[in-house]
Amino acid sequence: MNSIPLDLKQVLLSVLTHDGIKQEVTGKAREYAELLKHRGTAHPVIRVGAATCGLSAGAGKTLAKLRELLPKTFPDAEVVETGCIGLCAEEPIADLQLPGRTRVVFRKVTADKVEALLDSVLKKQELPADSLLGQIRDDTALPWEKVPFLNDIPFFRKQTRRVLCNCGILDPGSIEEYLAYGGYRAFARSLHTMTPLEICDEVERSGLRGRGGAGFPTGTKWKTALSQPSDQKYMICNADEGDPGAFMDRALMESDPHRLIEGLAIAAYAIGASRAYIYVRAEYKLAIRRLTDALAQARAYGLLGENILDSGFDLKILLKKGAGAFVCGEETALINSMEGKRGTPRPRPPYPAVKGLFGKPSVINNVETLANLPGLILNGDEWFRSIGTEGSRGTKVFALSGKIVNTGLIEVKMGTTLRDIIFDIGGGVPNRKKFKAVQIGGPSGGCIPAELLDLPIDYETLRDAGAIMGSGGLVAMDETTCMVDMTKFFLDFVQNESCGKCIPCREGTRHLREILEQITHGRKQESGNDALIRFKSVIELRNLAQVIKETSLCGLGQTAPNPVLSTLRWFRDEYEAHIFERRCPAGVCRELIRYEIAEDRCRGCTVCATQCPAKAITGTPRHPYRIDGSLCTGCGRCRKVCKFNAVVLTQGEDRV
Amino acid sequence: MNNDKLEEILNRYPPSREHLIAILQEVQEAEGFLSREAIVRIAARLKLATGKIYGVATFYNQFRFQSSGKYHIQLCRGTACHVKGSSAALDCLERELGIHPGETSADGLFSLEVTPCLGACGLAPVMSVNGEIHSCVDEIKIKTILTALRSSAAAGGDEL
Repeated sequence: MNSIPLDLKQVLLSVLTHDGIKQEVTGKAREYAELLKHRGTAHPVIRVGAATCGLSAGAGKTLAKLRELLPKTFPDAEVVETGCIGLCAEEPIADLQLPGRTRVVFRKVTADKVEALLDSVLKKQELPADSLLGQIRDDTALPWEKVPFLNDIPFFRKQTRRVLCNCGILDPGSIEEYLAYGGYRAFARSLHTMTPLEICDEVERSGLRGRGGAGFPTGTKWKTALSQPSDQKYMICNADEGDPGAFMDRALMESDPHRLIEGLAIAAYAIGASRAYIYVRAEYKLAIRRLTDALAQARAYGLLGENILDSGFDLKILLKKGAGAFVCGEETALINSMEGKRGTPRPRPPYPAVKGLFGKPSVINNVETLANLPGLILNGDEWFRSIGTEGSRGTKVFALSGKIVNTGLIEVKMGTTLRDIIFDIGGGVPNRKKFKAVQIGGPSGGCIPAELLDLPIDYETLRDAGAIMGSGGLVAMDETTCMVDMTKFFLDFVQNESCGKCIPCREGTRHLREILEQITHGRKQESGNDALIRFKSVIELRNLAQVIKETSLCGLGQTAPNPVLSTLRWFRDEYEAHIFERRCPAGVCRELIRYEIAEDRCRGCTVCATQCPAKAITGTPRHPYRIDGSLCTGCGRCRKVCKFNAVVLTQGEDRV
Repeated sequence: MNNDKLEEILNRYPPSREHLIAILQEVQEAEGFLSREAIVRIAARLKLATGKIYGVATFYNQFRFQSSGKYHIQLCRGTACHVKGSSAALDCLERELGIHPGETSADGLFSLEVTPCLGACGLAPVMSVNGEIHSCVDEIKIKTILTALRSSAAAGGDEL
């Protein structure tokens, strides 16, 4: 804003008082909110998406360039860092807002394009079509003609953004903006008009289930904790997002930290906890910084601390940094870790809601679960229940990655089909490759094949298909991804992350991995009765997986064989190709494939020979080259660099 | 490690076990790794056996017991990065640097670490150098980055 009104804080807080919460936001509060949303009325505003994904795509350099250029060329313009709008593939994303006009979003605004963009938009008021994404709908501003609205473009059209509604829109560093968008109204309403039990009931009625993976009904969990007599209870937010392929929580914490804090505060009030923790991965440095700032602002506004909003409720929120252990996503392991111990799970019962952190009743909820609460409380359980499927209400945030055009963060109704997600929102598979499968639920989940694309996603259908909802990582795979290799990758991961407490998980996953290793090894490395063991052990694969599932203590072990079981179920032919025909249909398993140079096409340009890391390619310039199979490591570099398509991939291992 | 610095960190926390991980994190941040001396002093302060501290520290991926290089390279080995070819990137890094994950190069310039997920899956494969994330890395990009780092180290610069 150009100048901050002296009574801003007072006015913003006036809508959160006991009387203020009961009426619509009007008068001065509304006027200030509108001002805050547009950051004043008089000057152009340039917002740059500066979450981790934007920054790694070059948003930092874009910001630096803007800050260097603007004082010279457009001194009244303001630069603001926002969060992530979700379209990672098009980062860095920036939006420009001229006074009184809607915000227009541009894609791939790298530092070198800044000057031209500023020149055409701010000076000539022309929108360069090549980098234009769309405009953000806004009833109070004049829209641009012939510019599509952002929620009409394919990536956004089929989304329902409830949790992510503020991401990429507001400035995550400003509590005032969050308040302007109706922030903390839900918390204030809970404090002033509802008892803890009423909130638990409302959440239970809404059908909200834990978004961290297992899908336990949130309201039920709270009620257990609420009914425990105890001098101290703890509310814990599990932000230890260790699933490889998932980044929903990171993006949410970086883009809208106050929403998480508000949700956590509501949950703490509902179970009667005066102390809450956010257990966040130490790797998420930006998220930690944003949360730290947001917590300080909330304290300064009296929304945390003692006697919040004159309701008599006290709440202190502390940040705990996780030290990098996937198993700490399991709630009892997380509690051990918070107590300064090794993060190994404990047997349940007693459940944490009865006996958790420091032996006190504790509720652990995932980031997305908590971020659902402000909307739920503000609009009621009917509203929340109105979308989704019978057993799974509301929306789910997914992180799209892998072999897909529009990588990014999306939020869809429960029950949306995979086809809608992969092809309509995600834009399908790049480079005209064929879509093969989607991995869902990370190392605990499974692969869903192309045949099941019309499956409506909810907790139950995914479980029946051999996967789990998980925290929401969706990794798309095309025909060049080998499912056996993928499974091996997950077993590697589980093997590294298994805490070692239970033998089935610790030793069983190792054995599973060894079996897969044998399947993908070339015959030249086999000796004695290795081949016999290979066939025998394959038969054991399913049995072993079943034993691990049934006898492990915690969720990590119980779900560790899922990648094996689901790929065995849906991609049996690929396993068989590896085992019986000794070939890798996707051309990934290095020991089962061979590269050869087609003599008629090779011009002897020497490029492959100079690039080969193993020095396996020899020949005389301008004559066809040869690959020495005994030296070749199968990295495929030669195939990539050859301009004449002379390097061909052949199946079958090299004979010794 | 500077004794005063360690003392300063220890004084900031009440001497109870729940702060152990936070203390270890701060010490590693200040020192770059967890030295034997530091662990012994932390154990004495928290009245815990040294073995318990090692037990906790070795459990978590974050803690190192060897000093890291001037440029600490973390390569993401998450699912999305794997699908997009991070194993080739790892091969390339190992070959170029002559070290394996968890090691530091002889000249003290580079250390390599693989991490489960950096959380930037939309831009896979990713690697980070001293916390700065580089997206969509392939062999060519890695070679360019390493060359730039080597020349800036030779010129005595600290940053990229």
